[in-house]
Amino acid sequence: MRRTVPLMITFIVGLTLILAVFIPPEPFDTMNREFSVYFDIIAVFAFVLGGGNLLRLHGDRVYRRGKDWKFSIVTLAGFAVTLVVGLGKIGGPPGVRGDLMAPGTWFRFVFNAVLTPLSATMFALLAFYVASASFRAFRAKTPEATILLVSGFIILLGRTFLGGILTGWLPDSLSFLTIPNLADWIMAWPNTAGQRAIVIGIALGVTATSLRLILGIERGYLGSD
Amino acid sequence: MRLLAFFKTLDRRFIFLFVGLAVIFPFLLDLDLPEYPTVMVKAIYNTVEGLQPGSLVLMPFDYDPSTAPELDPMAAAVVRHCLSRDLRVCFMALWPEGQGMVSNLISGTVQPEFPDKVYGRDYVNLGYKAGGQGLINAVLLNMRSMFTTDAAGVPVDSLPIMIGVTNLKDFKFIMNFSAGRPGSKEWIQFAGDPGRIPVASGSTAVQAPLLYPYYPSQMVGLMGGLKGAAEYEAALLAGYPRFKDSRRVATELMVPQAMAHFVIMLFIVLGNIIYFAERRAGKR
Amino acid sequence: MNLSPAELWIGGILTLMIFSFLYRDNPFYKFAEHLFVGVSAAYWMVQGVWGTLMPNLVAKVAPGMVQSFMPEAAGKNPEWHYLIAALFGVLLLTRLVPSIGWLSRWSLAFVVGYSAGTNFIRYLQSDFIAQIRSTMIPLVVQGQGGLDLGASFSHLVLIVGVFCGLVYFFFSKEHHGALGRVSRIGVWTLMVTFGASFGYTVMARISLLLGRLQALIIWLRLVSGGS
Repeated sequence: MRRTVPLMITFIVGLTLILAVFIPPEPFDTMNREFSVYFDIIAVFAFVLGGGNLLRLHGDRVYRRGKDWKFSIVTLAGFAVTLVVGLGKIGGPPGVRGDLMAPGTWFRFVFNAVLTPLSATMFALLAFYVASASFRAFRAKTPEATILLVSGFIILLGRTFLGGILTGWLPDSLSFLTIPNLADWIMAWPNTAGQRAIVIGIALGVTATSLRLILGIERGYLGSD
Repeated sequence: MRLLAFFKTLDRRFIFLFVGLAVIFPFLLDLDLPEYPTVMVKAIYNTVEGLQPGSLVLMPFDYDPSTAPELDPMAAAVVRHCLSRDLRVCFMALWPEGQGMVSNLISGTVQPEFPDKVYGRDYVNLGYKAGGQGLINAVLLNMRSMFTTDAAGVPVDSLPIMIGVTNLKDFKFIMNFSAGRPGSKEWIQFAGDPGRIPVASGSTAVQAPLLYPYYPSQMVGLMGGLKGAAEYEAALLAGYPRFKDSRRVATELMVPQAMAHFVIMLFIVLGNIIYFAERRAGKR
Repeated sequence: MNLSPAELWIGGILTLMIFSFLYRDNPFYKFAEHLFVGVSAAYWMVQGVWGTLMPNLVAKVAPGMVQSFMPEAAGKNPEWHYLIAALFGVLLLTRLVPSIGWLSRWSLAFVVGYSAGTNFIRYLQSDFIAQIRSTMIPLVVQGQGGLDLGASFSHLVLIVGVFCGLVYFFFSKEHHGALGRVSRIGVWTLMVTFGASFGYTVMARISLLLGRLQALIIWLRLVSGGS
């Protein structure tokens, strides 16, 4: 029950979806569509699981007076308030029948006033750390690191007006050497070549792993017992 | 050497301060520089231009507020373009926060700038659905297997824009705004390729280099980051001068962006000068 | 997007709380950070419930129960097979109860099987076959006045770069001799790629900072009484 049933489920679902590509008529077409809907529904339960885990973790911390327990109250309060105003669709003109994000709903207010600034500023902080890390770690120690550095510099210059100013004096016959054109060329050719090698490598890895999962050779997701 | 030693032990907060000043100072200058669309951005513009009025365009907003400064301007520019060409636009989201981004775009751009466009006839917000690739796979086969209502709970069968839409293949173009996964890669893999539907991506700059391998055979065009958005704004302004008074957020930000690049490059150069000076001193 | 003064005020204060981390870790930052975690988890749950769970599960299994506030469910017959999805979903939640947590493997097995089945085909078609096909391009490109040197060189860079990059990823043989030289070209190609990615990453992070500063400026104008 603990291992055989999950292995069978993975095998049946995976094989059905592969067969649906080669044998489109019924029942595979319907199974492909319905399995997709099931997958989407299960994804929501994963959100609920995430919320449950969050409650357990922070609830436990508050109960035990663990490290930063007072801030865990903030997490729990933020969670509870957002959940109530969202599930209740509080504040919107059509109430529970209307759009969750309609102007006037409290949920939209939470989104605009709390979630948006917090989320955006968290990521905005990274600008400062990228600058600091570049200063401390980005060294031309080896030929490979130098190539990386030069490529990065050309892109940084070429994607702003600075690149145009620095090489704008070049004659038309050498316009391909202007920094913006070099940046475009790097992105279109060497970058595409490198990314494509990575994409192909990943595709082979994903395909092999998928097959191992479906055939039950790879069982890591089942845990240890 | 004392100067180098000073820079070597420089508190990171000074670096933060320099970066902060580099981006704040150009804001005060309020400079506006011309932008020119690159081939990949122009390709999206031309695709929109090539669609017949009334064609259906799907716009999945697969991003959240953390990347909105890059993706909101390009979304606004493309929506202005599509509605100006009388294309019909279906908004949806694979990211939960995407629905909020759509709502803000509708109330901030669509409704004030296109008062003649009617919700449900010219555009619709289908909202967020969970599942990522599973959702795309489902709606490629049958739109109503997942989308029975719009975001406001109105049955899709009562919306004129959805009449005749059975699956994703009924859309003439998918313009995806993406900040990661699920996003443009999944739209190419699970909709564009199997359904032979033209897909274009407006993506964050972080993600843009990863999407280059799909252009042009699997993806009709790509807008990368704020720069891509500024290029689309330029293309739109050239083709539709009536938007000269509309705010071009991405274009406004290109000067501060350049200054910040310049400061970061200065720090990299400085870091390398310190490194080589130390190495030379070590050899002695 | 037009925000109300209350939204601007709260947003502005929370923005400053997060930025305070640049000086050092402090209670204001911790407050904002913990609030972010709680609000975003609930936001995802609410969107999942109203966006997917209610219309795609509850309205299908028990239309009579929700038809008062979900008009699309009115007059529909229950579609019982969606109970399978509900069962898998509930089983996933057993992870919260350690004694029966192993039951969640059944749902996990469905998710893994679905992902494996769809990824197997889609990665093979879009990321392998299509990518190989896109690399099969002419090495000699004819322009209007004969050989187009620039385009031919670019095509050469692409083909050689992809090939050498793949050789570098080939770990079954030691990279010595000819293989070593080819894989070294692969490394150089990848370094250019990573350099480009670095440049774009810097660009992205700066853009996000600019966006936040713009929002702060709007708030500060409000604070100072401007419009």
